[in-house]
Amino acid sequence: MSGVPDNAPQHCPGTQSDDAGKASACAGCPNQNICASGAASGPDPAIQIIKERLSNVKHKILILSGKGGVGKSTVTSLLGHALASRNADVNVGILDADICGPSQPRVLGVRGEQVHNSGSGWSPVYVTDNLSLMSIGFLLGSPDDAVIWRGPKKNGMIKQFLSEVDWGELDYLLIDTPPGTSDEHLSAVQYLTSAGLDGALVVTTPQEVALLDVRKELQFCTKLGVPVLGVLENMSLFICPNCKTRSEIFPATTGGAAQMCSELGVPLLGSLPLDPILARCCDDGRDFLQELPNSPAVIALRSIVDKIVATCENTSS
Amino acid sequence: MLDSVKRVILVLSGKGGVGKSTVSTQLALTLKERGYKVGLLDIDLCGPSVPYLLNLENQNVHQGPEGWIPVYLDNEQRLGVMSIGFLLSSRNDAVVWRGPKKTSMIKQFLEDVCWQELDFLVIDTPPGTSDEHITVMENLRQVPQCGAIIVTTPQEVAIEDVRKEITFCKKTGIPILGIIENMSGYECPNCSECTNIFSSGGGKSLADIAKIPFMGSVPIDPRVGKLAGKGLAAIKELPDSTTSKVFSELVNQLAPDSL
Repeated sequence: MSGVPDNAPQHCPGTQSDDAGKASACAGCPNQNICASGAASGPDPAIQIIKERLSNVKHKILILSGKGGVGKSTVTSLLGHALASRNADVNVGILDADICGPSQPRVLGVRGEQVHNSGSGWSPVYVTDNLSLMSIGFLLGSPDDAVIWRGPKKNGMIKQFLSEVDWGELDYLLIDTPPGTSDEHLSAVQYLTSAGLDGALVVTTPQEVALLDVRKELQFCTKLGVPVLGVLENMSLFICPNCKTRSEIFPATTGGAAQMCSELGVPLLGSLPLDPILARCCDDGRDFLQELPNSPAVIALRSIVDKIVATCENTSS
Repeated sequence: MLDSVKRVILVLSGKGGVGKSTVSTQLALTLKERGYKVGLLDIDLCGPSVPYLLNLENQNVHQGPEGWIPVYLDNEQRLGVMSIGFLLSSRNDAVVWRGPKKTSMIKQFLEDVCWQELDFLVIDTPPGTSDEHITVMENLRQVPQCGAIIVTTPQEVAIEDVRKEITFCKKTGIPILGIIENMSGYECPNCSECTNIFSSGGGKSLADIAKIPFMGSVPIDPRVGKLAGKGLAAIKELPDSTTSKVFSELVNQLAPDSL
């Protein structure tokens, strides 16, 4: 929030803060004069660049969750496929903002692809004719490569993704995020607010230990003024493939997402069951919607997508 | 720093939601049941789960003459816990912080908590390889008896992120004690058919490829899931479960002198 640069001295108050150039830590910093003159405290120039770059993108949706492993990446990919397959004229882009653990290249089945740089920017990787993806996974040499970066470097990467990827005309840009309420989330929201962010889709699982973190994420949205499109409950029921008994693997001891949504006044968009074949499809990068078009998960997903589309089109008209 | 701690165990995973906090709490509880003095430090600042899992949600941290006094689970003070959850006024409060603030909070947790004499300090981490992890590694470099346990689930999507975490440990020179595979299979309570919801065997093959000891697979067991939020040890409540066998074997490996 206060914009501490990557190479700043320790205890730098941040270029955007009131103390910029005046704090004791600023003594000896080569940029002290620039900070003290107030030139650095203006809005980040990247915000304007991103606004122009994304002016051809109609709807921008963040996929958030305070908790990890609830299915943000799975839901993002399903949503991407579902939106793209509804109408061949609808163009969908997915931006994977999870810098330390990018999953989209695998889930969408485009591992090992290369990103090309041209005069108009980085070209994303096309999964189908109207579904494109950008992820840091494409920039790593080997799947073992770890991205050991502190916040400012991650922010720089997200800024670059938002300002330099040549998406072309897009109807939907889905931004998949890592768990938490920290650097990646603040940066994405900060850069996208003036470019027009439709809102956030919050993913959760039914058990209290996940809901606890998801409530924090909802408070994050309130604090930053991000509209919540709705909550999606993932892995709600498991249907035994042998005897068809339904069981709750992650029991909703505190009423699950439904209870949380009514407490906090946010819409619940629906629930997706836990389907082992869906997990397998994600591992292999296959399109679950095409593999099992009549499964309960796909039927539930389609009704959720309808609600999201309706909300997005309502707000834009 | 941490001079009175005999051994530090980091619980890591590149992936979220694989059960780091469950493993951390069960490991700490198992160690406590075996008679050790244990500390559990939760450095997941944006999503602290340890206070809920151990049923300590409304407890407060007090300032003592030698630093912050951790919250103790039991009257004998055999298991002390520190988490940012104890410092928040409401359980819904979000910690919306960028890296530098998280770094200084973790430094404080490492330097200013008065743990007293400890046999084990278990550190629960958030997913990823970023600020929290770099900070902990940098500060623990001077601590000799420090090792990491890596938690994964069997499916490829998780393994992919965990491989990055292993690279992180190798680059930073933290010895890896082993890999635990969580959520390996689910036994239907009705027909006892075991379904590998999240695939199977991924943890074992990862351990083989990366040449790291494999420390066991924990199945999805709703009975263990129900212990969440109660602060009860699987080894005591469900002594016949696979989970309790894995953890007691794990403790044997970590503390050979207890046999």
